[in-house]
Amino acid sequence: MAQAAAVAKQPAPPRRRRGSATPRRLPYLLIAPAGLLMLGFIAYPVLSVFYYSLQHYNPTKPWRNGYAGFDNFTRIFTEDPQFWDTLVFSAKWVVVEVGLQLLFGLALALIVNQTFVGRSLGRAMVFSPWAVSGVLTSAIWVLLYNSQTGITRYLADMGIGEYGTSWLSDTSTVFPAAVVADLWRGVPFFAILILADLQSVSKDLYEAAEVDGAGRLRQFLHITLPHLKDAIILSTLLRAVWEFNNVDLLYTLTGGGPAGETTTLPLYIANTSVDAHNFGYASALTTVAFVILLFCSMVYLRLSKFGVGGDK
Amino acid sequence: MPAEQSAPVADEPPQRPRKGRRAWDEAPRWQIYLPLGIYLVFTLVPFYWILLFALRPTGSTSLVPWPMTFEHFDKVWNDRSFGTYFENSVYVGLATLFMTTLVALAGGYALARFDFRIKRAFMLALLCSQFVPGALLLVPLFQIFAELQMINSLGSVIIAETVFQLPLSMILISGFIRNVPYTLEEAAWVDGCNRFTGFRVVVLPLLRPGLIAVGSFAFVHSWNHFLFALMFLSNQEKQTIPVGLNSLMSADSVDLGALAAGGIVAAVPVVIVFAFIQKWLITGFSAGAVKG
Repeated sequence: MAQAAAVAKQPAPPRRRRGSATPRRLPYLLIAPAGLLMLGFIAYPVLSVFYYSLQHYNPTKPWRNGYAGFDNFTRIFTEDPQFWDTLVFSAKWVVVEVGLQLLFGLALALIVNQTFVGRSLGRAMVFSPWAVSGVLTSAIWVLLYNSQTGITRYLADMGIGEYGTSWLSDTSTVFPAAVVADLWRGVPFFAILILADLQSVSKDLYEAAEVDGAGRLRQFLHITLPHLKDAIILSTLLRAVWEFNNVDLLYTLTGGGPAGETTTLPLYIANTSVDAHNFGYASALTTVAFVILLFCSMVYLRLSKFGVGGDK
Repeated sequence: MPAEQSAPVADEPPQRPRKGRRAWDEAPRWQIYLPLGIYLVFTLVPFYWILLFALRPTGSTSLVPWPMTFEHFDKVWNDRSFGTYFENSVYVGLATLFMTTLVALAGGYALARFDFRIKRAFMLALLCSQFVPGALLLVPLFQIFAELQMINSLGSVIIAETVFQLPLSMILISGFIRNVPYTLEEAAWVDGCNRFTGFRVVVLPLLRPGLIAVGSFAFVHSWNHFLFALMFLSNQEKQTIPVGLNSLMSADSVDLGALAAGGIVAAVPVVIVFAFIQKWLITGFSAGAVKG
């Protein structure tokens, strides 16, 4: 970290310029493509979601369409138990996933940060699920959890459990089963981020601590962990938002079932808009989800102190 | 960058035979290999499982894929039109890669090298966009693309994927550019380059590892992402690999062999990309992102 900061701190670009003809407009010209794309395909859709949240809008029931005021929101908070169920499940999903990913990701990063024989091959192998998509992860774990030929069958052969059980269709096992599937892909990503930061810890610190007689646990607690603090805060919060928003895995693995047991709020929204065509209500749900995320993002901004000082 | 710097330095002072271990990076071997081995099993068993299902004949319960068969691949590639999906996915992936890299490079350069009035606001917008869930914007995006007559064209997916890749890519790239000393560019100007040629001749070569990391990221993401293609492309001819995979899963009677073969077809390109970039990925992250 210290080294990186030193490299970044260069003298501010001088105001006098050679070469370029219209320096004043140049930066605007350069961010224009990105800015326009984001205005058109992020900002405008966000605004239109807000707009529709105040409308009754359902193409299959055109006679009801029109201004709704806060009807949609009243319905969410007073008459929709499914909203609360999905919100609670989302929270549970995010907390468990991110917590476990942090724990295992940190451990994995610490291990592969050491020097050992076959390190780069080992790294490549344990990191490889990161590249695998949510849908593919689902496909793989559908095969593993299959009641006829999945891992349960072979476990049953060894006398563990019963034949013909499927962990994905039983309400008592579907949550842990889905969590494990997502961990398989999520832990490597966390580990990569943490490993990146681990590499910049100065070795001198450990040697100094060694001379002072600090054991490995104390070195970890007093050198490694404080150094990683920012990276951990950053990746944890990014990850939490990402796990909240992502629907690929659960959509394809469980479809939100059994009996709505694994439906997150975004999944509920997707179902409401795409299957039930209730765009107005889905937009109101989206707005609520957005406010929740905005709250998260403010916490994130606070904790990571992004954009405060430092960068010129 | 700091990877090389931190490695060598001080000659080891001849110490007394130490009681504790030396630094944290010299744990006893078994403390490395045992947990790593366990984790490796967790990582690799699912991969083995999918390979097993893809290569053994239907109905076999053997735990080794022998006798080996390629019938599942044949079925998936030809009957389930994974050949077409593959082509579409390559097209979407490469187009997203180029668009993201190019647009993010321009924007990242502006953020790294200029002070301008809306810079702070723009940075904030980049960050906030990370909290906008793509899935929640499906309906308005669908309407926009319908308005633009782009439903059922790969262009809609390419644009959507690019837009959602942009913020992070731009933050990463501007981090990389900041790591290139400004004086190098100034020297080029003194030698008669203008801003553009100076950038091309001096900065761009140094950015190569970072650009490869960002580009591969964009490729892998768009290759894997599923929802935009599912929603904007109703025509089967235009579908991408993840959608094809999903349709194999939601079929009434799931053909496990086909599903496994399809999964492997979906995985191969990203595994190749990943093997190629994983060395740069870690340094890329530490240079661009985590620094903040």
